Amino acid sequence: MTLNLRAIRAIYLFEMARTWRTPLQSILSPVISTSLYFVVFGSAIGSRITEIDGVSYGAFIVPGLIMLLLLTQSVSNASFGIYFPKFLGTIYELLSAPISFIEIVLGYVGAAATKSIILGLLILATAWLFVPLRIEHPVWMLAFLVLTAVTFSLFGFIIGIWADGIEKLQTVPLLIITPLTFLGGTFYSIGVLPPIWQTLTLFNPVVYLVSGFRWSFYGIADVDVGISLAVTLLFLALCLVAVWWIFKTGYRLKN
Amino acid sequence: MQSIISVANLSKTYASGFQALKRIDLEIRRGEIFALLGPNGAGKTTLIGIICGIVTPSEGRVLVDGHDIVTDYRAARSMIGLVPQELTTDAFETVWATVTFSRGLFGKPADPTHITKILKELSLWDKKDSKIMTLSGGMKRRVLIAKALSHQPQILFLDEPTAGVDVELRKDMWQVVRSLRDSGVTIILTTHYIAEAEDMADRIGVINNGDIILVEDKVELMRKLGTKQLTIELQKQLDAVPDALAAHRLTLSADGGNLVYTYDTQSERTGITALLAELNHAGIRFRDLHTTQSSLEDIFVDLVRQDR
Ligand SMILES: Nc1ncnc2c1ncn2[C@@H]1O[C@H](COP(=O)(O)OP(=O)(O)OP(=O)(O)O)[C@@H](O)[C@H]1O
Ligand SMILES: [Mg+2]
Repeated sequence: MTLNLRAIRAIYLFEMARTWRTPLQSILSPVISTSLYFVVFGSAIGSRITEIDGVSYGAFIVPGLIMLLLLTQSVSNASFGIYFPKFLGTIYELLSAPISFIEIVLGYVGAAATKSIILGLLILATAWLFVPLRIEHPVWMLAFLVLTAVTFSLFGFIIGIWADGIEKLQTVPLLIITPLTFLGGTFYSIGVLPPIWQTLTLFNPVVYLVSGFRWSFYGIADVDVGISLAVTLLFLALCLVAVWWIFKTGYRLKN
Repeated sequence: MQSIISVANLSKTYASGFQALKRIDLEIRRGEIFALLGPNGAGKTTLIGIICGIVTPSEGRVLVDGHDIVTDYRAARSMIGLVPQELTTDAFETVWATVTFSRGLFGKPADPTHITKILKELSLWDKKDSKIMTLSGGMKRRVLIAKALSHQPQILFLDEPTAGVDVELRKDMWQVVRSLRDSGVTIILTTHYIAEAEDMADRIGVINNGDIILVEDKVELMRKLGTKQLTIELQKQLDAVPDALAAHRLTLSADGGNLVYTYDTQSERTGITALLAELNHAGIRFRDLHTTQSSLEDIFVDLVRQDR
């Protein structure tokens, strides 16, 4: 099977153009709202909070905040990207084109992940201005960044296909991703929680993402980095299976 | 000559349980303009949707130039351009961007010259940098046509292309369709303006309640099913058709001023000469004579009514 590369490129560029058309909303506003955390916790309050495992509080929260942004942005970009053609009806063109679902996924998910990665790197650069950062394992840091962006863009794509109304589309990032991230050790080490909560927290998949990502910065982790990687890959695999199933059945795409 | 599209035993039952197509067979000839006519809800859009890959068939098989639309969908779909019935367009993109996107989606290398040519033919050139949402309905319809033509399809589906398009542009559009046909493109169109089908089509198909009830060469169809009427304007009004003329099965108009004679164009003798002689003989004088031929519209209405 040969992929229709021009089609992937067409979808990818189309989606990226959508981002550049609204730079304020799609780039500037997430960067600024995340940076506010560095200003508040890094400079203002952070100095009064004790270091965690030898890392200043402002620096401690950076990996978690980048994760928060990666997750919410990936999910909302990818889900809106495919939801709109469904909503507007322009999906007819994707369905009647000589392409398979693979090209559609690569185009949409590729564009959403690219945008998240760009945002993640922008936030990282901004954080550098406010808090003392160090990155012990830069290659792993990039690997986690890319892997998370891709996995959650895939997840967002699935949500976009599943959603039959704008409400569902917004519910998932707001009611699931954001709480899980806040409770997933973005602002604290889960070691500070009472034992029962520590155990419960381990059911939160975001814990593994944040922990692994933070390890790539400071070499400290709540859970073993191997487990973090395994959980991320497992979630990626689950999303791939779901996408494959949608592809097989034409779920919510074809009559 | 091998058909370019071959539909065999095709059925579609929607998830709601409604059966929109009932074991349809249809052959579309290479290079023809085929008009698919049928009342609202007959199944035209469903049939087109299946051939183009938007609707999954429940049963049956479709070949496009020998390629199965399910197992060999890439080859089949790359030959087809579709102009959908609904005005479904992007909103914020420019005309140029959306048409270029369509070409890429079909795997064709960028070709600004071709896209320029299409936009000019469809009188969209001065709108090429406008956002689609700022266009009128008729312009959006033409954008959809431009998108379908962007990848130089060999088969073009036009699902009610003239709905909401003004007279002038409709003419331009048919001009484009004719020149496409001249360059060898096969065209399948649906329309509720039956006069358009009469003007444009080489063959006519009529679908009703999910059944194809007729497929016929247009000229042949008009000849076979068409009837002619001779209207005789009388000098003096009559109260009833005179007994002497009963054999001709004439009808008298309500005001008694016209006699109407219906005859079959296919029969060897139309009986007009005899009728006129007998009128003369009966002493009925007439002022004028004229004939009318039934239109495709009349034929269509008859067919669909009979099928009910
Ligand atoms: N998604 C769907 N689910 C259930 N029934 C459907 C669906 N789409 C179409 N139908 C039904 O199938 C039948 C055929 O619809 P179709 O759109 O093919 O008709 P059409 O001939 O194109 O009509 P029109 O001239 O109004 O465009 C209709 O009765 C319609 O209600
Ligand atoms: Mg229709």
